[in-house]
Amino acid sequence: MSTRPPDAGPDAWSDDAVDQRLGNLLRAGVMLAAAVTALGGVLYLVQHGHELADRRVFHGQPPDLRSVRGIVAGALQMRSRWVIQLGLLLLIATPVARVLFSLYAFVRQRDTTYVAITAIVLALLVLGLLGFGGG
Amino acid sequence: MSVLLFTALVAVGSLAAGLLGALTGLGGGIVIVPMLTVLFHVDIRYAIGASLVSVIATSSGAAAAYVKEGFTNVRVGMLLEVATTVGALVGAYIAGRVPTSAIAVVFGLVLLYSAYRSARPPARHAAAARAHPLADRLRLNSTYPTPQGMQPYVVQGVPAGFSLMLAAGVLSGLLGIGSGAVKVLAMDQAMRLPFKVSTTTSNFMIGVTAAASAGVYLNRGYIDPGLSLPVMLGVLTGALVGARVLSGARPAALRWLFGAVVVVLALEMLYKGLTGSV
Repeated sequence: MSTRPPDAGPDAWSDDAVDQRLGNLLRAGVMLAAAVTALGGVLYLVQHGHELADRRVFHGQPPDLRSVRGIVAGALQMRSRWVIQLGLLLLIATPVARVLFSLYAFVRQRDTTYVAITAIVLALLVLGLLGFGGG
Repeated sequence: MSVLLFTALVAVGSLAAGLLGALTGLGGGIVIVPMLTVLFHVDIRYAIGASLVSVIATSSGAAAAYVKEGFTNVRVGMLLEVATTVGALVGAYIAGRVPTSAIAVVFGLVLLYSAYRSARPPARHAAAARAHPLADRLRLNSTYPTPQGMQPYVVQGVPAGFSLMLAAGVLSGLLGIGSGAVKVLAMDQAMRLPFKVSTTTSNFMIGVTAAASAGVYLNRGYIDPGLSLPVMLGVLTGALVGARVLSGARPAALRWLFGAVVVVLALEMLYKGLTGSV
């Protein structure tokens, strides 16, 4: 057993305690993402509800709906499609936050094997978000 | 069709998919892409992007409950996520470089396989007696709750499970699905995890796998907010309601209904792919 810091309880970073926090983190992430998406959805339907919907031809989304910076900037101006996209971005970020939390938990448990394994997964996720293979 | 009507119809379809997916245990993600392309004539790339985000939502929502109940093997999940995320990035890379008709054909075949798997109940196997040496080294062996209390189990076939997960990741990134059928195959058959552990751990990993390829899809402009809105919220609501209505029970009639829907959509996807009309 690793030594525990005095501020934490004896089992503050046991597998079971970590599982509870992982569950809470996932639930909070999904709820926040769904709420932001729904807010953007209401704005979108009010503003664009009566326009014509056609997705038969693929155009791709404009550049500022593809990058984190562009999405956040548009959402701050309360542009409806950008607010929805921010909700979707929060959703994609939820598993990433979960892996980040797992990494921290394994560090606290001094489980070096799993610190390495989790760091690899995190690196791969960041690679995807940075647009590996994009364009 | 107006945006309002399109959004409402897609929301109803996604809700039904999420509900049936949860009630049958097959997951609603697999019918989203064929539904959008066949019924709503959406370009398959937009459909895959919307499906990916809905998969993240339902799997993370369900995983939250399972992980707290102690069924999920987080170490097995973490280890196999290395394979599924590599696979997902490769799949997303391939998706941007092959014709959409090829994606439709692969999708049709995966749908047929999933329908076949769902028609057969999961094989109950005897618990493994001896662990794989890697399972000992990586501390994969664990316990899970049963009516008789916490039951210990050991893990076998680590390399085989890891390889299958690579394939599951590629399919997920290529088709925008959770690949639950392949993931359970890897953990149930190759690694011999208890059934409840393999399904919940599979579910736990799906969010991370889908997030890896969703990042690539977002950067590529495949994630359309107007389409993803009704799909994600619809599937999520359907899955939550489904989980409340019937936890654990899998009525045979619903399985057959869902299986039949999947087969029809599979044939439609194959036809569209082979005639190049996707």
